[in-house]
Amino acid sequence: MTANTTTASSSAPVILDVNDLVTSIGTKPDAHRIIDGVSLQVRQGETLCVVGESGSGKSVTSLTVMGLLPKKVLVPTRGKITLAGEDILSATDRRLRQLRATTMAMIFQEPMTALNPVVPVGKQIDEVLRAHTNLDARARRERILAMMEQVRLPDVARIFKSYPHQLSGGQRQRIMIAMALVLEPKLLIADEPTTALDVTTQKQILSLIRDLQRDHGTAVLFITHDMGVVAEIADRVVVMRKGKVVETGALDAVLRAPTMEYTRNLLASVPSLIPRAARPASSEPIVLETDGLGKVYRQRSMFGDAREVAAAQNVTLTLRKGRTLGIVGESGSGKSTVARCIVRLIDPTSGEVRLGGQDISTLSRPALRPHRKRIQIVFQDPYRSLNPRVTVGETIAEGPVNYGVPHAEAIKRAGELLELVDLPADAITRYPHQFSGGQRQRIAIARALALDPDVLVADEAVSALDVSVQAQVLDLLDEIQTRLGIALLFITHDLRVAAQICDEVVVMQHGRVVEQGPAGEILTNPQQAYTKQLLEAAPGRHWDFANFRPVATAPHDTTAPI
Amino acid sequence: MAVDALPDPSLRITPRRLGRNLLRSNPIIAIAVICLAAIVLMAIFAPLLSPHDPQLLAPAQRLKPASAEYPLGTDAFGRDVLSRIIYGGRISLLIGLGSAVFSVAIGLLIGLVSGFFKWVDAIMMRIMDGLMAIPGILLAIAVVSLSGASLTTVLIAITIPEVPRVARLVRSVVLSAREEPYVEAAISVGSSLPKIMWRHLVPNTIAPLIVQGTYVCASAILVEAILSFLGCGISPEIPTWGNIMAEGRAFFQIKPSLIFWPGLLLSIAILSVNLIGDAARDALDPRMKQREARP
Amino acid sequence: MLGYLIRRILAAIPVMGVVALFVFLLLRLTPGDPAAILAGDNATPEQLDRIRTSLGLNEPLYTQFITWIGKLLHGDFGVSLISNVPVITMIGNRIEPTISIALSTIILTVIVAVPLGVVAAWKHGTWVDRFVMALSVIGFSVPVFVIGYVLIQVFAIDLRWLPVQGYRSFARGFGPFFERIALPTLALSFIYIALIARMTRAAMLDVLDEDYIRTARAKGIAEHGVLLRHALRNAAVPVITVIGTGFALLISGVVVTETVFNLPGIGRLTVDAVLARDYPVIQAMILLTSGIYVAVNLLIDLSYTLLDPRIRY
Repeated sequence: MTANTTTASSSAPVILDVNDLVTSIGTKPDAHRIIDGVSLQVRQGETLCVVGESGSGKSVTSLTVMGLLPKKVLVPTRGKITLAGEDILSATDRRLRQLRATTMAMIFQEPMTALNPVVPVGKQIDEVLRAHTNLDARARRERILAMMEQVRLPDVARIFKSYPHQLSGGQRQRIMIAMALVLEPKLLIADEPTTALDVTTQKQILSLIRDLQRDHGTAVLFITHDMGVVAEIADRVVVMRKGKVVETGALDAVLRAPTMEYTRNLLASVPSLIPRAARPASSEPIVLETDGLGKVYRQRSMFGDAREVAAAQNVTLTLRKGRTLGIVGESGSGKSTVARCIVRLIDPTSGEVRLGGQDISTLSRPALRPHRKRIQIVFQDPYRSLNPRVTVGETIAEGPVNYGVPHAEAIKRAGELLELVDLPADAITRYPHQFSGGQRQRIAIARALALDPDVLVADEAVSALDVSVQAQVLDLLDEIQTRLGIALLFITHDLRVAAQICDEVVVMQHGRVVEQGPAGEILTNPQQAYTKQLLEAAPGRHWDFANFRPVATAPHDTTAPI
Repeated sequence: MAVDALPDPSLRITPRRLGRNLLRSNPIIAIAVICLAAIVLMAIFAPLLSPHDPQLLAPAQRLKPASAEYPLGTDAFGRDVLSRIIYGGRISLLIGLGSAVFSVAIGLLIGLVSGFFKWVDAIMMRIMDGLMAIPGILLAIAVVSLSGASLTTVLIAITIPEVPRVARLVRSVVLSAREEPYVEAAISVGSSLPKIMWRHLVPNTIAPLIVQGTYVCASAILVEAILSFLGCGISPEIPTWGNIMAEGRAFFQIKPSLIFWPGLLLSIAILSVNLIGDAARDALDPRMKQREARP
Repeated sequence: MLGYLIRRILAAIPVMGVVALFVFLLLRLTPGDPAAILAGDNATPEQLDRIRTSLGLNEPLYTQFITWIGKLLHGDFGVSLISNVPVITMIGNRIEPTISIALSTIILTVIVAVPLGVVAAWKHGTWVDRFVMALSVIGFSVPVFVIGYVLIQVFAIDLRWLPVQGYRSFARGFGPFFERIALPTLALSFIYIALIARMTRAAMLDVLDEDYIRTARAKGIAEHGVLLRHALRNAAVPVITVIGTGFALLISGVVVTETVFNLPGIGRLTVDAVLARDYPVIQAMILLTSGIYVAVNLLIDLSYTLLDPRIRY
C-alpha cells in the first residue's frame, strides 16, 4: 500500500467545509446535542478520516452533510456547511436532491441492506442517471457498464441484471461505490464502508476507493472506528468523542505524536499485531480435545436430492489447563460452528469432543447435563445475551441453582463474581438495560464463571465492543485466567486480538483447519498461503499503534516502508 | 459494529408504565377507557338501571314510539327496548372477555408446545392452518346450528376460530426467542426445558398476548352480534344487542331505532376495545415506539 | 418454478384434509344422535331413518368417512335434506350475486386502501396519518350490518338514489345490476379497506426504515420515486399476504351483507340452511369457502416469486 504518500497538497480547493456544526435532538434550546460544535474541512483529492467510538457522533456528521437526518428528530441548529462554495444547510429539499449523487455521494456500512432487494443492481445505478442526466437508455447503459468495470466487477453484463442477493458482500459494496461515483461527485462520504466485510475483501475495497479517488480527484470523508483502516487510507484524521472534535491533524502526526490524552488512550487500546511474548510450553493436563470434529447440514428437499453443506470438517484441537487457544477465520470459516459443537448447542455429526477425557459429542441431553457445567460460553452480542427481564443476580445464579446450590448461597456467590469482574455489588438487583455493552459482557462472563468451568469459550466475545472497552475486557479475561487457571477457547476474526491473547491458534477456512500451532509462529511466520493472505490484509499492519510508531519490519513482509 | 453506549429501551412491562404510556399516547384512549368502563358498569348494574323487565311481553304495547315510560319505545313483542339494550351488554361483554381468556390460554399452550417440539409443531400447525381456512362466522354458525344456542356453545363457537391466530403468534414469538443468545446461555448453564420456557420464553409472549387478547375480545363481541343478527346466536328471548337488531330487521323501515341504538352501543364497545388494543400495542412494542421517534 | 408450484399445491392438501375432517367430525361427534339433531324435536321415526340413510350414519365412522371423502372427490356434495335438490345445484344457482359483490369489493378495496396506506405512512405522524388510522379503527369496529343499514337509510330511504334491497343479474343490464350491488359493496368494503390500509401503512413504515430507502434518498431521486419504486415494491409482499388472509373476513362479511340487502347469494343460502339444519348444505359451504380461501392464498404464495426475487422456487 502506498496510502500515506499521496497526500493532497494543502493548496487544493476546499470541497467540504463544516463550521461549528451543532445537531440536536429536536429544536428546543436545551435539546441534547449529538454534534456539538464540529468543524472540519475536506480538500479536493484528500481523504479525511473521522474516527471515533460509538456515540461519538461521526455518523450523524455525515448524515447532516447529506441532508439525510430523520426529519424533525435530529436537526442542525447551529453552524454552517459549505459544499463546493454552496451553503447546504439553507438549501431547499429540491436543491439538495440535485446535489446528491452529482456533487456529493455516500456509501454505507451494510452492503447487505443498502441495496433494494427487489430491483436489479444495474437498474439501481441507472436511477441515478435517470434522475440527474438526459442520456438515452443506451448511453446510460454504456456508462453504467464502464463504471462497473472501473470498480473491478467481473462479468459486468451479467451483474448488471443481477439482484443484490445474488452478489457477495464485496460485490455489493462495489455496486454501491459505482452508484456513488457514476456522476463523478466532488465529495464522497464513506460511512464505515468496510466494517461489515471480511478483511481480505476490506483490503480490496480500500484500495479501490484509493485508486478511484486518485483518478477522479474526489474528496473523501471516510468514517470509521478502526485505527487500522485509518492508517491505510487517511491523509488527515479527525478524532471525535461525544459529538466534539478532540484532535485534528495529518495522519502521521496523529499516529506518532497525538496531543490529546483521549487520542493517546485510543491508540494505546489497539492491540498489536505482533504476538505477545510466548508463555513457556505447558504440561498441565488436557481439559478439552476434539478429534475429527465435523458438522454437516443436510438440506432435504421433497424430491430426494439432499444437499449437504459441511460447516466444519475434521477439526482436531487440544487445549490445556490455563492456556488460551484461538480459532481465527473469516465469516463462513466454520469457527463458530466448532465452538457451538463443543458446547453442544448444536450436535456434531462426526468426531469426538472430549472434556477431561470423556467424550460428550454423542451424549443425550440428560446424560450431558452433569458435563455442561465444565464448559461455559460467552457470546458476541452483549445486548442479546442477557434476558432483559431477569435481574443480573438471578441471571448469574441460574446455573448454580440448576446444579443444586441453594438460592441464597447462589445469589451471594453472584455478588462475589460481580466483584471479580469489576462491577459494583449493587448490580445484583439491577436489570441488564441499566448497563453498557462492556458491562453486560462482564456480566455474561460472571454467569459463565458461576459454574466453575474448566473451559470458557468466548465466541467473538469482544468483537462488538469499542476498542477501549475491548482492551479492558481482554485484560479481565487475562486476569481471570491467571487467577483461576481456566482454559480459554477464543473464537475471533480479529488477528490483532488473537495475537494478544492466544497461546496457540487454529486458522480455519471453508470449514477446514488450514494451519495450527503456537501463536507466535503462525502469526509471524505463516506457512500456508491463506494465513499469509489474512495477515497481509490486516489493516494498519505497518503501524504499532500502542507505541506510536511504525512497525520496524512488518511480519514476513518485504514491501514494508522503512 | 461498535456498541458500547445507549442502553436500549427497557422491554419490561410494569402496570404503571403501561398505564402512563396508554394515556399519554393519545387522549382518545382516555375517552375509550371511559366509554368501556361505562358500558361495563351498565352491564353489571343492569337490574338497577333498567326501567322494565327486559323479557316481559306486553302484546298491547307493540312497537310504541319513545315515551316517558318507554324511553326508546318498545319492540314487536311490546318489550322495553331500553331495558333490553342495557341487559344486552351483559352477553356481549361476557362473550368478549370469555373468548379472549380462553383463546389466549389455549393458544398459549398450543403455541408453546409447538414452538418447542418439532413433531407436535408439524401436526398442530396443519390443524391450525385448516381451522384458519374456515371463515370464522361459517365455523361458528355450523357449531351453533348443531349444538344448540346456549351461552356455552356460542362461546366455544366464537373461541375456536380465534385459537389458531393466538397459537401462531405465540409460536412465532417462541421460535424467535429460542434463537436469542440468552436462551442458549440458559441451555449451557444446564437449565431444564420447563425452566427455560417459564423463565425465558413465556415472558416474551405476554406483551403480544395482551394486545392480541384485546383484539380477540373486540372480534368476539362483533361475531356474537353477527350470530345473533343472523338468527344463529343465543335464543332470541334473551336480550343481546345482536338479537334486538335481528328482530328489528323486519321493522327497519317502520322503526329504525331498533337497529340504530343497539348498533351504536355495539360499535362504541368494539371501538373502545380496539382503541385500547392499539394503544397497548404502541406502548408495549418497543419497535413501534422507536418508530414514533423517527418519521 | 414447477417444483415450487408442486410443493405449494401438495402443502395445501393437508389443510383441506383438516377442513374436511373437521366438517365430518363436527356432526358425528356432537353429543346426541346426529339424525335427531338435524331432524329437530318433532321428527317422526321415518324422517330420522331417511336422514340416517342419506348421510350414511348407520355405518361405522371410518367407513362413513371414506365413502364421504370419495363422494366429495367426485364432486358429489350430497342432497339437501329439505328440498332434496343436489347441493351443488343449489350453490350454482345462487353464486352469481356473491361473486359479484366479492369481486367488486376487492377491486374497490385495493383502489382505495393501498393509496390511503401509502399516504398515511408517508405523512407519518401528521393529521393525514391520524385520519387514516381513525378511519381504519372505525372500519374494524362498526359491524357490517350497522354500516349496511345506515347506507340503506341514507342512500335508499332518505335520498332515494338507490333501491333498498334485492338483486338484478348482470345479464339483465349493467345499470340495474350496478344500482343493486353498489351499497352492499360499499358496506362490505369498509372492514376490508380498514384492514388493507392499516397493513399497507405498517408495511410501508417498516420498509421506509430500511437502509436501501436511505440509499435511494442519497441518490437524489424524487420522493414519489422513493415511495413507489422502492418502498411500495418491497411492501407489496406483506400487503398482498393480508389481502389473502383477509379473504376469510370477506367471506364472513358476505354472509351478513347478503342478509342485510336481501341478496339471493350463497351467504344467504348458508344462513337459511343453518336455520333449517340442512347439514349437507352447511358442510358443502364450509368446504367450498375454505377451498376458495386455500386456492386464493396459494395463488398469492405463487405471486411472491414475481414480487420478490429472493424467494426461491
